[in-house]
Amino acid sequence: MNELLIHLLKIAGVIGVMLGIVAYTVLAERWVCAWMQDRIGPNRVGPFGILQPLADGLKFIFKEDVLPRHVRHKFYFTVAPMITMVPALITVAVVPWGSYLPVLGHNIKGVIADLDVGILFIFAIASLGVYGIVLAGWSSNSKYPFLGGIRSSAQMISYEVCLGLSVVPVFMQAGTLNLWNVVLYQAEHTWLVWCQPLSFVIFMVSAFAETNRTPFDLPEAEQELVGGYHTEYSSMKFAMFFLGEYANMFVASALMATLFFGGWSLPVAPLNAPATTLAVGLAHVGVFLAKTLFFLFVFIWVRWTLPRFRYDQLMTLGWKVFVPLTIVNILVSSVVLAVMENG
Amino acid sequence: MMKVARPELSFWERTNIPQILKGMWLTIRHIPKRKFTRQYPEEKPPLYGDYRGAPTLVRDPEGRVKCVACQLCEFVCPPKAIRITPGFRDEGRPDADVEKEPQEFEIDMLRCIYCGFCEEVCPEEAIFLQRDFAIAGYSREELKFNKQKLLELGGVREDSIWKWKYKGAPPPDAPAAPAREPRIQALARR
Repeated sequence: MNELLIHLLKIAGVIGVMLGIVAYTVLAERWVCAWMQDRIGPNRVGPFGILQPLADGLKFIFKEDVLPRHVRHKFYFTVAPMITMVPALITVAVVPWGSYLPVLGHNIKGVIADLDVGILFIFAIASLGVYGIVLAGWSSNSKYPFLGGIRSSAQMISYEVCLGLSVVPVFMQAGTLNLWNVVLYQAEHTWLVWCQPLSFVIFMVSAFAETNRTPFDLPEAEQELVGGYHTEYSSMKFAMFFLGEYANMFVASALMATLFFGGWSLPVAPLNAPATTLAVGLAHVGVFLAKTLFFLFVFIWVRWTLPRFRYDQLMTLGWKVFVPLTIVNILVSSVVLAVMENG
Repeated sequence: MMKVARPELSFWERTNIPQILKGMWLTIRHIPKRKFTRQYPEEKPPLYGDYRGAPTLVRDPEGRVKCVACQLCEFVCPPKAIRITPGFRDEGRPDADVEKEPQEFEIDMLRCIYCGFCEEVCPEEAIFLQRDFAIAGYSREELKFNKQKLLELGGVREDSIWKWKYKGAPPPDAPAAPAREPRIQALARR
């Protein structure tokens, strides 16, 4: 009973914090983009505009939910935004938010599902997200969403290969697929970004492609596809695509922090080992969130710096550059690791 | 035919990585820079000297309507935004038989193009373009300003014209004439 309660509390906390961060990432995106363009950005709703996400949410709820007449498969049309949103929310379950939280005699582990297949679970669930976009593009039954859906399926499949292959050296070195243990390995040794910089770069670029962010936002491509797969969506359905995109960004950032930047750990005295007191436990959560927020900022930063790739460039980069590079990286890493282990 | 030699790109240039980093350095440097946004409703834009805003009717320092319903402005108005119903001053006023006065004077602010011809043409200096530029309303009817509204917006013009009161030179205590609007010469040149 207690176990169940703790788990429910963990789920509520994680989902709540995550959705809060997702809502405020949208605001942060508008702020950062404004600052980079020498503008001020949203500042009207509440002090400094910090209530903007609430206003946006209210607007989405009260907007008319338009179902275009040319949509023939209403079920898929309705279900597509949910399919985009849900995998992002599921994958955070295996991301370690902290080490331990010693509360009231319970030593609560800072992860909802301490799965030993960790990263495989994430890839398995995250690859479902593409179905949402493809279904949206197909069931909208109009040309721009269709083109967006096609681009999306090609792009997501290509970059999932790079994404999966790029992290293989990380797990070879850490010797485990469990994300909590990967963080523990980094707390005991060193951040994996110092050992696997190429892995990190390829993982980051592939994550940009997987989350449909500029410079790889071809499925949306406002200028050519008028919004791509979500052209025909309005109201809360559109909001779900929107939140899904940002939730995916959050998961990608959390993964970058977890796999390459030591997750909840910092290489200083009380923070480099699993927590034994509540204060350190909370500090670990704070460290994890700070790293994740930094990578969210990088997402925004890159979006407002780089223009979109051309489609053939995207495919060339994925198949002709990243896939060979990741394979070489795996080979070199395994040789180096084998040599280091055996003398 | 001209042949443009393409520059030979080095290995790093072909990876695009230096350019990407350069671009990201550029954008992040802009974050603390001065912002150019004008917070509009609170912060009005600066208007240049002879800015032409909403046309209005003015009263003289005695509080009398200066317009004499000659209808020149109505005639000159390019978009025909002005409509004047000529009339007479109220009976019993000491100046009742001196000049006419418009019974009604309407300017359709949606038609007005702020050209300032009405001000130029007015022989009585009774119509002036003010500096208001944000004229908004909820209906077309609301934006047809009538005589009363136009006089309210125009207010009293403190100038050196003392009609019907003094013959010849103005009294020694009369306010000095304000500098003539520079646009009169500018328009005359055209």
